Amino acid sequence: MTVKLTVFSGVGSLVWGTLLAAMRVSPVPLMRWFGTAYVNIVRNIPLTVIIVFTSLGLADIFGVTMGAPDDFALQGFRLAVLGLAAYTAAFVCEALRSGINTVPVGQAEAARALGLNFTQVLSLIVLPQAFRSVIGPLANVLIALTKNTTVAAAIGVAEAALLMKEMIENEAQTLLIGAVFAFGFVVLTLPTGLFLGWLSKRLAVKR
Amino acid sequence: MTSVLYDAPGPRAKRRNVILSVVFIAALALVLWWVYRTMDEKGQLDWALWKPFTESQAWTTYLLPGLVNTLKAAALAMIIALPLGAVLGIARLSDHRWVRVPAGIVVEFFRAIPVLMLMLFANEIYVRSTDIPSDDRPLYAVVTGLVLYNASVLAEIVRAGIVSLPKGQAEAGYAIGLRKSQTMKSILLPQAVTAMLPAIVSQLVVIVKDTALGGALLNFTELLNSRGTLAANYANVVPSFIVVAVIYIVLNFILTSFASWLEKRLRRSKRGTGAVLGAEDVDDLNAAEVGGTFGTGADK
Repeated sequence: MTVKLTVFSGVGSLVWGTLLAAMRVSPVPLMRWFGTAYVNIVRNIPLTVIIVFTSLGLADIFGVTMGAPDDFALQGFRLAVLGLAAYTAAFVCEALRSGINTVPVGQAEAARALGLNFTQVLSLIVLPQAFRSVIGPLANVLIALTKNTTVAAAIGVAEAALLMKEMIENEAQTLLIGAVFAFGFVVLTLPTGLFLGWLSKRLAVKR
Repeated sequence: MTSVLYDAPGPRAKRRNVILSVVFIAALALVLWWVYRTMDEKGQLDWALWKPFTESQAWTTYLLPGLVNTLKAAALAMIIALPLGAVLGIARLSDHRWVRVPAGIVVEFFRAIPVLMLMLFANEIYVRSTDIPSDDRPLYAVVTGLVLYNASVLAEIVRAGIVSLPKGQAEAGYAIGLRKSQTMKSILLPQAVTAMLPAIVSQLVVIVKDTALGGALLNFTELLNSRGTLAANYANVVPSFIVVAVIYIVLNFILTSFASWLEKRLRRSKRGTGAVLGAEDVDDLNAAEVGGTFGTGADK
């Protein structure tokens, strides 16, 4: 469950975060303003508040059932993905924006000299280079996301933290269970960090 | 307004930008209208639900005690975690392998585990092996979880702060005959602490946000938890969420602005070595990056 949460919200936040980053550098002032406001607001609210709101606010008041009005477990899972993606997107956006800043000015200038418009400059020239240079920071965001999925326990999604909570309340070997779950997280995050670290070195734009 | 990413808008581009703005506003307005309609339908806009926030009672019985608990847990965690983190961070830089390796294992281990698990685990330990009254237990568990996690993050901040200083500082210390501990105490640490200040303030934001975990799962009566009690009383789910979110945003925005003000000020000042650890470094450190290639302020 933890892995599923991580994968789905990771993909979601990557897409939404890229859109936000594009908005923040776009020529339309209103979109720039929206991107900045979104990032500043979402980054300063605790993830727990966002997750609890998706359940109590979005589902109960606004009737957002994510296509699963009867299946409570599935609905909780999808809401958690929505909350996690919305929160993580703000961090993805910030990472990408700093990546865009590392792309040399000449690249964008050359692209403009060829007559490409903003969308083309961004999607063909700048973003591909920016992505390669921010794999390291994005890996950090992904690892943070893996750990953040435990917050979904707050709305009863049966992921690692909730399982651990139930198990240590019912079983006698508290230490053993704690160690197993802790080890599980080390196993999840360690290879991710190592692999993406290797990947970022491999793909780094040589300058 | 110019940017390297696009040309200065000509007449056509200006028109296109206006059209895009209008479309964007329309989309935003549509979403806002939907939010407004549903809130209206469910009666969440009724003045009766918002009125409690204009009266002192809702604040003094629910929100303020919650906020005080949030701040109390955050402050306690910070105060305990700082010295622990400093010791661990310096231990990781030790010349002796038997000090360096255990400290490294402890730091990497606690950074890799979610804070929530540390809190849950601490809570269970307290239930089983201590007789802390059950009213105080959530606070103890939350603070323990936060301390364990943040001490390791702070250890990394301390380490990065010391490493970010120019090598010549330590070498100069040895050259005039200071011992290792003297060099650390009177040359490296004072400079590293100034370099670390913005990073430490940014970490405080993370701690404040993480206290909410205890409210959701351990029944610790902090801001988020008080919101639940308040909403149960006045049936104002959405208004209470908005008010609580605004409180968090204001609180964290003040801390973030303070951190970036400190960072700018330290970067500008001529004294010191110009080594500063900023907010971005904190984001990196919180992710428990394995392999340790985080940037330090010195090379930015």
